[in-house]
Amino acid sequence: MSPELALLNGLIEPLQYAFMQRSLAVAIMVGIICSVVGSYLMVQRLALLGDAISHSVLPGLAIAFLLGVNIFIGAFIAGVLSTVIIGWIHTRSPIKEDAAMGIVFSAFFALGITLITTIQKDNKIDLNHFLFGNILGVTAGEVRDTAIIAALVLLIVVLLYKELLFYSFDPLGAKASGLPTGLLQAGLMVLIALTVVASMKVVGVILVLSLLIAPGATAYLLAPRLHQVMLLGAGVGVFSSVSGMYLSYYLNLPSGPAIVMVVSTLFGLAFLFSPRHGVLMGPKRWPFGTSR
Amino acid sequence: MAPAPYITIDHLSVNYRDVQALRNINLTLRPGKLVGVFGPNGAGKSTLIKAMLGLMPLVTGRVTYGEDTLAHQLDRVAYVPQRSQIDWTFPATVWDVVMMGRVQKTGWFNRFSTASRQIAQDALNRVGMADFRDRPIGALSGGQQQRVFLARALAQEADIFCFDEPFVGVDQKTEDVIYKIFRELAAAGKIVLVVNHDLGEAIMNFDQLILLNKELIATGPRDWVLTRDNMTRAYGGHVGFFSHVA
Repeated sequence: MSPELALLNGLIEPLQYAFMQRSLAVAIMVGIICSVVGSYLMVQRLALLGDAISHSVLPGLAIAFLLGVNIFIGAFIAGVLSTVIIGWIHTRSPIKEDAAMGIVFSAFFALGITLITTIQKDNKIDLNHFLFGNILGVTAGEVRDTAIIAALVLLIVVLLYKELLFYSFDPLGAKASGLPTGLLQAGLMVLIALTVVASMKVVGVILVLSLLIAPGATAYLLAPRLHQVMLLGAGVGVFSSVSGMYLSYYLNLPSGPAIVMVVSTLFGLAFLFSPRHGVLMGPKRWPFGTSR
Repeated sequence: MAPAPYITIDHLSVNYRDVQALRNINLTLRPGKLVGVFGPNGAGKSTLIKAMLGLMPLVTGRVTYGEDTLAHQLDRVAYVPQRSQIDWTFPATVWDVVMMGRVQKTGWFNRFSTASRQIAQDALNRVGMADFRDRPIGALSGGQQQRVFLARALAQEADIFCFDEPFVGVDQKTEDVIYKIFRELAAAGKIVLVVNHDLGEAIMNFDQLILLNKELIATGPRDWVLTRDNMTRAYGGHVGFFSHVA
């Protein structure tokens, strides 16, 4: 067998298993929505907020599990609730936003770990799978839920694209033109929470930040317009999550870290070799030349 | 046709982080005039615009345009913030930015119409930036960036134009283009309000001056506003000489 054929065979052979088909489907969907939604976080300098929301979903997930409700719903509510509390502390006290995020997400995270550790003594639920992901263990129900979330997220981004572009670039100008920027901001928080919830099983809540930021950042070094950053980022995200899934299958690596190592490597390559911004490519320039 | 409405600022007071930024401002802004806001750093010039447009909360007062609150009629407003407030590394082209001026008029869920594209293209032509349509905004000079924002404001087809320090860091050509368009807007019966970063030659270009230092020092035509007494009240005793002071 030629090497090419062997590689192709190596990619196709695992897909005869239903669990691998489910993993592939989830990897593709999560790779796309993380990159698209994460592009907004990157251009708005809200990376830390992505981290805060992802850590904050745990207690909601645990409580939903205890109540027998879909854990995605519980996680989503906790994620959104954390942004509301962060905003509340930030506007009603002299505490700065980054400090408020630090306080709220670590409190939520601690509560989540405590609850799940207590629950997992008597139940079939594994804390590690939520912390670090378990892409090879997704169920058919989770594939369905991920598909619903992915469709919803992409629909919102497409429908609100021009408004969200204006708002992310110039929030004051957008507000002054009469756009309801508070609603747009809230919509963005909902998008992030939905995306984090869909990504839990793939990379886990601790590492999901990487899949949110790194694909968009990689594409940002290569493309000059936001929708191009999103599309190229989606390609990077899908490639990373799918290849991480195979690495996990063949080398028996934890799936989340495998995916994050792939996407981090891709970012490193763009950082070094991007035609316009690569540090090894021509004179040192900051994005898109000098901004005087 | 009914005469174009005024903006009336009535007993406006604003706080910025618990410190009073503007105190009891009363003003009328008429269409067809080029209005310049002057005053020292920290006088509340930018705050005046933001408060008028409802971008920050008022402690007291009301700002009306015609019969209704101005903040309820923002679809008739074009606002250009200070250049320093914008992230110029944002992944957008000149065209992307000018089309933002059409977002509000286009409405939710709709795609930009051919007419909107034409309006944006005309605006780019007017500011002399048509050749730069597909450039990333970060690759432009400061003056070019300011002209792109002016094109975005034009594309909004507004009745009220508010500019915050549009002349900071721009070249002579841009300055000429901006003044020419300000004049055209005023001549077309628009309300044009411009915050300036310093006194100087700029003052000669405006029909009405607003001299501000937390409170309204004076407003009206140049000769009326630029008295030694007013300047001392606005800038304190340190300012010894103004070539334009009457």
